[in-house]
Amino acid sequence: MMSVGLEHYLVLSAVLFCIGLYGALVKRNTVVILMCIEIMLNAVNIALVAFARYLVPEPPDPVVYSGQIFVIFVMVVAAAEAAVGLALIVSIYRSRRTVDATEIDLMKG
Amino acid sequence: MSLDVAFWILAALCVGTALAVIFAKDIFHAALFLIVCFFGVAGIYVTLNADFLAAVQVLVYIGAVSVLLIFGIMLTRDPSKGSPAGKLRLPAIVVALALMGVMIGSMITFDWQTTADTSKMVSTEEIAGLLFDENGYVMTFEIAGLMLLAAIVGAIVLVRKE
Repeated sequence: MMSVGLEHYLVLSAVLFCIGLYGALVKRNTVVILMCIEIMLNAVNIALVAFARYLVPEPPDPVVYSGQIFVIFVMVVAAAEAAVGLALIVSIYRSRRTVDATEIDLMKG
Repeated sequence: MSLDVAFWILAALCVGTALAVIFAKDIFHAALFLIVCFFGVAGIYVTLNADFLAAVQVLVYIGAVSVLLIFGIMLTRDPSKGSPAGKLRLPAIVVALALMGVMIGSMITFDWQTTADTSKMVSTEEIAGLLFDENGYVMTFEIAGLMLLAAIVGAIVLVRKE
């Protein structure tokens, strides 16, 4: 068994991202779609942290830590997205009594 | 070596629970699997020497986002429906698998200039220094705070009863 390196983390990240993508495309319940988007964001975070860990530019400069800083901002955006997304879902559920993405088609031409 | 074992266990945990989120019949079970998946990702961060991010992951995702999602499920759940898949199942599988193939293929074939040097640990102190430094990301930090405030106000306005 070869020792774990950058590629292993990137492949894990790609697999998680595609699982989340499949769920986000195929699921009809909007809350589950939100959960799948969270999985996708986590996959991206894994890739960013792996790059920050393994790709060290020489000579050492502050850019080294940027990967982890980006992850913090992605988490901030994900938290805001979850809050606003769930508020939208609850508000739609109140007026239409459904969270099925195929039935929420008010703007469909 | 023990780090390798930890990686394989955590990777299997993450992928398994992510698949369980997709295929769980009950939405509530899917949310619980998602929490385990977040824990697995926190463990992955630990194997990457990102201890601060692992703590933030547990606090923000498991502590806040999961609770928010379960709250949303409780408010909108329709137990008779569960979590069915839509009509676009086959195209979605094709797109996801094709994207996965392209990504994995390019990631493996590219010649990454990596370092195995573990002395280059990113400490919480260094992250804080870069985050709040004038030449660092302090402006982005302020904007992120403003965006969180806007998101909170927006969420309250959306769910408020007139």
